[in-house]
Amino acid sequence: MSFEVSHTLMTVALAALLIGGLAGVLGSFLVLRGQSLLGDVISHAALPGVVAGFLMSGSRSFVAILLGALVAGALAGLSVQLLRRGAGLKSDAALGVVLSLFFAAGVVLYSVAQGRPGAAGLQVFLFGQAASVLRSDVVAMAVVAALVLGVIVALWKEFQLISFDPEGARAAGLPVERLETLLSVLVAVAIVLGLALAGVVLMVAMLIAPAVAARQWVNRLGPMVVLAAVFGAGSGMAGAVLSALGTGVATGPVMVLVASSVVAVSLVLAPGRGVLARLAMDRRARRSLHRRQVLEVMAGLSAEHANPAYRSEETMLDAYLGTPARPVLQRLEREGLIRQVPHGPEGRAHWELTDEGQAGDRA
Amino acid sequence: MAALHEPHIACHIEDLTVSYQERPVLWDIDLDIPPGVMAAIVGPNGAGKSTLIKAVLGLVRPVAGHVRLFGLPIAAARRRVGYVPQRQSVDWDFPATVLDVVLMGLYGQLGWLRRPGRTERARAMAALAQVGLEDYARRQISQLSGGQQQRTFIARALVQEADLYFLDEPMAGVDAVTEAAIVALLKAQRDAGKTVVVVHHDLQTVARYFDWLVMLNQRIIAQGPVSQVYTPENLRAAYGGQLALIGTLDAQADKAP
Ligand SMILES: Nc1ncnc2c1ncn2[C@@H]1O[C@H](COP(=O)(O)OP(=O)(O)OP(=O)(O)O)[C@@H](O)[C@H]1O
Ligand SMILES: [Mg+2]
Repeated sequence: MSFEVSHTLMTVALAALLIGGLAGVLGSFLVLRGQSLLGDVISHAALPGVVAGFLMSGSRSFVAILLGALVAGALAGLSVQLLRRGAGLKSDAALGVVLSLFFAAGVVLYSVAQGRPGAAGLQVFLFGQAASVLRSDVVAMAVVAALVLGVIVALWKEFQLISFDPEGARAAGLPVERLETLLSVLVAVAIVLGLALAGVVLMVAMLIAPAVAARQWVNRLGPMVVLAAVFGAGSGMAGAVLSALGTGVATGPVMVLVASSVVAVSLVLAPGRGVLARLAMDRRARRSLHRRQVLEVMAGLSAEHANPAYRSEETMLDAYLGTPARPVLQRLEREGLIRQVPHGPEGRAHWELTDEGQAGDRA
Repeated sequence: MAALHEPHIACHIEDLTVSYQERPVLWDIDLDIPPGVMAAIVGPNGAGKSTLIKAVLGLVRPVAGHVRLFGLPIAAARRRVGYVPQRQSVDWDFPATVLDVVLMGLYGQLGWLRRPGRTERARAMAALAQVGLEDYARRQISQLSGGQQQRTFIARALVQEADLYFLDEPMAGVDAVTEAAIVALLKAQRDAGKTVVVVHHDLQTVARYFDWLVMLNQRIIAQGPVSQVYTPENLRAAYGGQLALIGTLDAQADKAP
């Protein structure tokens, strides 16, 4: 591996780490506030801004393009608020309308711009291209990311409260609308920073996926935000490096694939909230229920027959549980609460309570 | 500071009208709640009880009228006011512990940039002890029962050590034991000189729990000490034909002191 390549790789990895981490932090608030779609709107809305910035500056100037994206994203966020509060539209309708409007405008502008020299560079912003990120960009990214994180840390408790209980926050005297707007602006900044890496179409996944995955593992806001940052940074870096190893592989999709795998693993494996943990919990609950039921039925039959060692036929216990009783019976046998005895003319499996079982140890 | 307007009244409302999208929900409300009472606001579904509380707290903007709490507009009185919203108004799957939520009650007083520290945690634990949840401080809020959620919210208000509390249906969906505990707790606040205003749904218990009563159905139907206000005529005026139970309540109201 030449020095040249490893140098590019370092730049790419650093940029992706910054963007992924930042997106994870801000995405946590979006997800908890039920505003995942707002991220989608802002990132799609960035497209017309990107192209407008390109057209106005007449070149692929990074600053002009990012400024354009930021303005367009902010405009889109404002339009959503306006449609909701002013025109009384439902939230999802407002988001849908604004997203399609801005993205359509972006696509039209994009085709117009195709005639201009240097327009090929614009493609980067659709799906992201890690290799397009320059070393100087990374420095700018780091500064902006630090500023955004600084704001989040400073307003931590306010952002926590407006995410959990906006009305309570208002009752406590917080300027909730302004804080919400600020949060949207921060999200827009993170999206815009990530455009060159992830692209307008998939940037939202970098906001949402790490947060969704992190929520699975932890139960408090602080740990969730930190873990989302770690997941985001990790998937961003892995995706960017993987895509940079091939030539011409768009970065956004690879990053998103990695992040989605983290989500999938978290949804299945996380203790407590994961699918497996839930299944295991159901299974444990069912088992202990069956166990109690068997002991109770056997004790009941013993009492009915006035014979503490009454022999219950296994098939009858099957019928009672509605499922084969054998696994439960074997466990109870191992615990020494019941024992198997052949009984009856056909020598079929019967079970009786041991002395311990009769003592009523049903814990 | 601007001159106080009706400072001897805990909650003074004059000519208040609130509408949602041009449909008036509250009409020309004049209401005075004296300090040191435990007041119930009753009225049928959609009467505007929650809206009234929200208007008082400045959460919805009235089209007309004004509100003064201890003589002050709400913005100046926030420190002295605690609010317990309807439990369903938040997502209880939010990643937070019971203690986290109670601490949120102090965020308004803490002000910008300051974080809750040891003092605040001690106050929050004391508030939890008041509602009997001290053993649940580290519990994840998604694992609480409805009654425990309600008590967590009440602790979040109590921790503010406010002078005036507004509670929106704190007894909805809790069992009899919890309800008794909540009532005892609120009465203790009242006895300590606080003013407690509760949106209440159960007409059977109004006379037992409260000493002040406001009947609302878009307009104020009646207000005053429970013994004077809890009458069959007022009940009929507030609930109209909506109340199948009116007969039994008549009997109860007649018996009420
Ligand atoms: N955000 C809103 N937008 C539009 N209309 C609303 C809104 N909130 C409440 N309303 C309407 O205002 C009226 C009063 O509502 P409110 O919630 O204050 O009643 P309530 O007395 O608290 O009822 P409940 O006993 O069901 O809690 C209702 O007709 C309701 O449909
Ligand atoms: Mg209500």
